[in-house]
Amino acid sequence: MTRKAVALISGGLDSLLAAKLIQQQGIEVEGINFFTGFCVEGHTHAIRKHERNRVKRNNALWVAEQLGIKLHIIDIVDEYKDVVINPKHGYGANLNPCLDCKIFMVHKAQEWLKQHDFDFIITGEVIGQRPKSQRKKLMPVVAEKSGADDLLLRPLCARSLPETLPEKEGWVDREKLKDFSGRSRKPQMALAAEFGFEDYAQPAGGCCFLTDQSYSVKLQDLWDNRGERDYELDDIMLLKVGRHIRPSKAFKLIIAREEGENHFLSGYKRQFQTISTVSHAGPLALIEGESLDPQQLELACAIIARYSKGRNADSVELRFSDREQGSRSIHVKPLPATQINPDWVLV
Amino acid sequence: MSPVIELDARRLLCPMPVIRLQDCVEKQDKGVKVRITCTDPGTMSDIPAWCRINGHRVLATEQLEHEYIFLVQKDPDGN
Ligand code: SF4
Repeated sequence: MTRKAVALISGGLDSLLAAKLIQQQGIEVEGINFFTGFCVEGHTHAIRKHERNRVKRNNALWVAEQLGIKLHIIDIVDEYKDVVINPKHGYGANLNPCLDCKIFMVHKAQEWLKQHDFDFIITGEVIGQRPKSQRKKLMPVVAEKSGADDLLLRPLCARSLPETLPEKEGWVDREKLKDFSGRSRKPQMALAAEFGFEDYAQPAGGCCFLTDQSYSVKLQDLWDNRGERDYELDDIMLLKVGRHIRPSKAFKLIIAREEGENHFLSGYKRQFQTISTVSHAGPLALIEGESLDPQQLELACAIIARYSKGRNADSVELRFSDREQGSRSIHVKPLPATQINPDWVLV
Repeated sequence: MSPVIELDARRLLCPMPVIRLQDCVEKQDKGVKVRITCTDPGTMSDIPAWCRINGHRVLATEQLEHEYIFLVQKDPDGN
């Protein structure tokens, strides 16, 4: 009887190698990939025009294609909120709840396994690869708290961990698994070369935007100013785009940095009040926050004018649009760079 | 001739268009055709890749100024 494993495919090299090692032992593998909304997956490439020429591919799909396996992409945006908002094991260096995230994903994989009648779960984890969530003593925590227990096999470091069910039952040969540990990528690269894999993704930080400091600052600002730790998918998408400037608690501006972002933000015109430049080429900006008083609106316009081609002009004409309610023209003197308080700029 | 199912994935960023297509195709009978309209240029690589992996066919691809349209047929031999 052919045994079946479900592999957590992030799109990085480790998950590719882990799945390949298991496939080589005659196990049928299918992949699952979770979409949390924070995934790096080239969104900024999609939006920013000058980055569009770079090769843009979904690495999880690419990995699945290399392996010749099916890939199920699962939208966990709503359920994942609780992981980000209330991580029981806390955050890493930024707002990345890596340990809770792993527990959650393995738990979802475990649910999927039961529904689809698979035998065990594999991940590309390596002991000590990441500072917090992949420490050796935390490996059993993920297995236990996710409910996967000994159905969770990590082929790249299995030989340094207690035996799992697939090994005990002889579905896989433990001797053919690896004992990788530490931050060096050399063993993985050597194994990739052995398998003939080239052109694989090597994510620098983590697998998601939550490990990014500037992104975390913007997310924290969003929570602080809303007075609640919550978000919608649009919120977390918009944190990936544009310059975010908050001159006061009452409002924040999301200012496009180039044409691709202008186009992307224009898709939000029905949801947000917007300001765009008229007399000079310049960015489109979304206003987050309602009912700006006349001074605030003027300040917003002066900031946006500062990022237009009219930054040195005496006066710039802008258009303030209030969704379906119509629009009006506003003339301002662009704010000099020296008057933009560095604390306003969220980075 | 069975009608073509229309999916609007405009303004969605990858991988959401793929997820929409996947969730729609999953519910259909084999051979059913789905036309999906997207704005994320990443779909130019992701949708054909997803179809190749899962054995579905891309019958036609069209690129307008800001839109990418794919006519996909669920694997006629699959289950
Ligand atoms: S980097 Fe992001 S996706 Fe990866 S484990 Fe940490 S929180 Fe989860």
